[in-house]
Amino acid sequence: MKRSSLLPVLWGFQQKHGYISNNTITEIAKKLNVSKIEIEGVVTFYHFLHSKPTGKYIIYLNNSIVSEFKGFNQVKSAFEKETGGTFGIYDKNPMFSLFETSCIGLSDKEPAALINSSPFTNLTPKKVSSLINHLKGGGKLTDIEDNPTSKIQYKPTEDKTIFFRNYSLGNTITKLKHLKPNEVLKEIEKADVSGRGGAFFPTATKWQYSKNSATNKKYIICNADEGEPGTFKDKALLNYAPGLVLEGMVTAAYVSGAQKGIIYLRAEYNYLVPKIEKTINKFYTNGFLGKNIANIKNFNFDIEVFLGAGAYVCGAETALIESLEGKRGEPRIRKYFPTHIGYNNKSTIVNNVETLALAARVIELGSNFFQKIGTSKSKGTKLLSVSGDVAKPGIYEVEWGTSINQLISMEMAQATAPNYVQISGPSGECINKNEFHRKISKEDLACGGSIMIFNKYRSIIQIIENFTHFFKTESCGSCTPCRAGNQILIEKIKKIKKGIASSEDLNQIKELGEIMKLTSRCGLGQYAANTFISAIDKFQEYFNLKVFVCEEDCNIEFDMEAAVFEYDNIIQSTQN
Amino acid sequence: MKEVTFKIDGRDCKAEKGQNLIEAAKQNGIFIPTLCYFKHLNPLGSCRVCTVKQNGRTIAGCTVSIDDGMDIEVNTPELLDARKAILEMMFVEGNHFCPSCEKSGDCQMQNLGYETGIRYTRFPHLFVDRIVDARPERIVVNQNRCIKCKRCIEEVITNDGYKVFNFTNRGNQTLVSVDYEQEAKLSESQAEHAMHICPTGSILVKGKSFGKPFGDRQFDNSNANKNIPLTDIKKHKTTNLKKKRIATTSLAGCFGCHMSLLDIDLGILDVIELVEFNKSPLTDIKKFSDRCDIGLIEGGCCNTDNIEVLREFRKNCDVLVSVGECAIWGGLPAIRNTVPLEECLREAYLDSLTSEEDETVIPNHEDIPKILNKVYSNHEVVKIDYHIPGCPPNANHIWNVVKNILFEEEYSISYPEFKYD
Repeated sequence: MKRSSLLPVLWGFQQKHGYISNNTITEIAKKLNVSKIEIEGVVTFYHFLHSKPTGKYIIYLNNSIVSEFKGFNQVKSAFEKETGGTFGIYDKNPMFSLFETSCIGLSDKEPAALINSSPFTNLTPKKVSSLINHLKGGGKLTDIEDNPTSKIQYKPTEDKTIFFRNYSLGNTITKLKHLKPNEVLKEIEKADVSGRGGAFFPTATKWQYSKNSATNKKYIICNADEGEPGTFKDKALLNYAPGLVLEGMVTAAYVSGAQKGIIYLRAEYNYLVPKIEKTINKFYTNGFLGKNIANIKNFNFDIEVFLGAGAYVCGAETALIESLEGKRGEPRIRKYFPTHIGYNNKSTIVNNVETLALAARVIELGSNFFQKIGTSKSKGTKLLSVSGDVAKPGIYEVEWGTSINQLISMEMAQATAPNYVQISGPSGECINKNEFHRKISKEDLACGGSIMIFNKYRSIIQIIENFTHFFKTESCGSCTPCRAGNQILIEKIKKIKKGIASSEDLNQIKELGEIMKLTSRCGLGQYAANTFISAIDKFQEYFNLKVFVCEEDCNIEFDMEAAVFEYDNIIQSTQN
Repeated sequence: MKEVTFKIDGRDCKAEKGQNLIEAAKQNGIFIPTLCYFKHLNPLGSCRVCTVKQNGRTIAGCTVSIDDGMDIEVNTPELLDARKAILEMMFVEGNHFCPSCEKSGDCQMQNLGYETGIRYTRFPHLFVDRIVDARPERIVVNQNRCIKCKRCIEEVITNDGYKVFNFTNRGNQTLVSVDYEQEAKLSESQAEHAMHICPTGSILVKGKSFGKPFGDRQFDNSNANKNIPLTDIKKHKTTNLKKKRIATTSLAGCFGCHMSLLDIDLGILDVIELVEFNKSPLTDIKKFSDRCDIGLIEGGCCNTDNIEVLREFRKNCDVLVSVGECAIWGGLPAIRNTVPLEECLREAYLDSLTSEEDETVIPNHEDIPKILNKVYSNHEVVKIDYHIPGCPPNANHIWNVVKNILFEEEYSISYPEFKYD
């Protein structure tokens, strides 16, 4: 057994037995010649792997902020009532185990849950009751599961649509025969393709680095671990045209000389595996994967799907590579680019799903096609996942340069009383009403894909609390500022909610946020406090009502009543 | 190896190309504090205490290999503060009760606390309940003190090549766990090695202790010739009174700080010439009769009476100083903060060895103060102007601060007078 097959092996046990037993861990450790604690370390890192027995149906209810606003609490209690279980507890119920989970990529249909791997959307207490009864009565899970497909709500006119135009197999790959790798690179560069996961690193540069690398093996990894809350555009793309993504991978391999490709698919999208594998097989039968692809001599490339196991941080490319290698998904220290030392210490290109699809379209349509679309600095279109308080949540393919005002208008998402818009998910930034004229583009609002729109009745501190809680649980735990910083932020939020915080506390939050940004090991910690500190300035009026404002020598408020509440209760219950 | 030149804080430095920054800086006489870094290990970059800027971008210093023309910033105000903040985060995240810790005085993290001058933490203590794992054969792992530096994970390997420690869980639940089977293979000296490389008191060997008395421990006299400036002290407004007035009190403390206060021997006679004591256990004056220039508070707040006394002090004193660990963040009484109040009271009054069923009660009466849900630090309750760490603080430390505030003299204390134990 190889270490890199650890995660698939663990998945096998998880699916068969509902958990990974102590004996199993001992066995695996023996096979891999490592100590048991190393395997335990991996098992306990991933959310979907359990080291205690679970029921036949494991229910993962999404606790993202959109879900919270759309009835999470009612649905949660409905699940507890119907199953008799408690969330987060291994209670030996043979039928059901209940867990909360971070965003599962169904923000347009919240509240949503996964039961085992099946999606259930737009949940209500009534729906929960009927589905649990169905399962209790011995009904099959797959008979009642919902369709996870997100609606494509908007795309530009035909001559400007890039992603959601017709896809036919091989349109890109067949073109490769007439292009040298350098010509492909030039096209990618001319179309200004950059990392669509949100970092916008120039794709041509990345590919060039790997092309230049002298390692004997190279890898192309498709990062389909979209875990940023509120994002589901990669899911939509993989569902709409998985072949387009595969063609992007083949193109990257053609340039870098890689012979192996891996799609790292987040566990939450397990239901997409059959479709992707079917497409991969189709590629093999058509000669677009395997040996001498598209009759290009010695162009050999294989692709396989690798399932994650529930960890947001694995969306960071070096954490993803660690995870592929069968380790805990801790980001590596910033010393080498993966294109230099990546998966199994070989040169590795890690690209987002959308980036690869875009690269394929560039070769298919030619880079000139992109010049007329978008703004001067951002060419083409962007996929957005829109959710929250809008009439039409779903997938939007918009031209770069589209403003938030346009996006929330009657022609597009149809927002009601919008007040707060979260760009690029919790690790992105928030904007207020005065900024709705801003444009989604690399030069202004560089958006990775998640747009969450909240109306003026939504509590901002609740949004911030949800985000901070998310980072606190999803932090890999290896560096101090991220691990401890998020916990400290939670304490500050509690203080604000109690009404005993002062403007001095807000200043301290900003300072802490800056230190986390400055010193954290990876993007997760660096951006974890970003929204919070920008919200304090952008929603100043809101926060001024939440805290008492003071200049110097702030008075400290102490809530004596709250501090003796517990004692009073204990006395009352013990003295009868 | 090729020698290259690079810059640290604008100063020209020389080192071998590819050399580790921490070592290269040391050779050039510049100290970069570290906790997880170990010369012979691959850089871990986990504690972030060594954060520096390389060509304007922050990075863990231990992960930097020197290259020609590099521009490194180490001691800018921003970075100094960030480093201090990270240490403070470690102090609040774990439960570091220095006065009751075996490693106190030999603890690298504590020593860095001294070197960066942490008197109190800007962040609230989290008081998470953590386990002390005594199941291993030779060692005990006290999770309260672990800072997840990963040193033991990388360094402690059995003779046949197996890891003894590893991370388990993730996020704020992350733990350094022990593999019991592998741990049993360790020899006594290997186990002691694990204890010594731990930068805190998290890994201890059963039956072994740090037997050295106070004064002889590893960091007791480090920097003995250097002084710590008493800066950022709120200056007292001079009044025309002949004698300055001092008030003192002990809240949830042990009076040890008051003992230390008296520990300046004959010096006390000089002090009496210059100041008079108002409300204080030393004078047994129970009520403030005049406004005081300075109030010295020992102990934190564990009951409603503490809160009231503290508020009274704030009202009647110009400058308020927290004296000692308990006053600063709860100290030893705060050990109960990781346990729910009900469990504490049950254990003490209802389920203890000497209590008889249905015979004992949890004390309560309108005349006795109520117990708070946890022990609070004084600066969570009122505004505190200065903090003097120690358990108890050194007498010179206390008096130098007082003199600085009242008479604007004594501008520093010596390093060995700055302690958490």
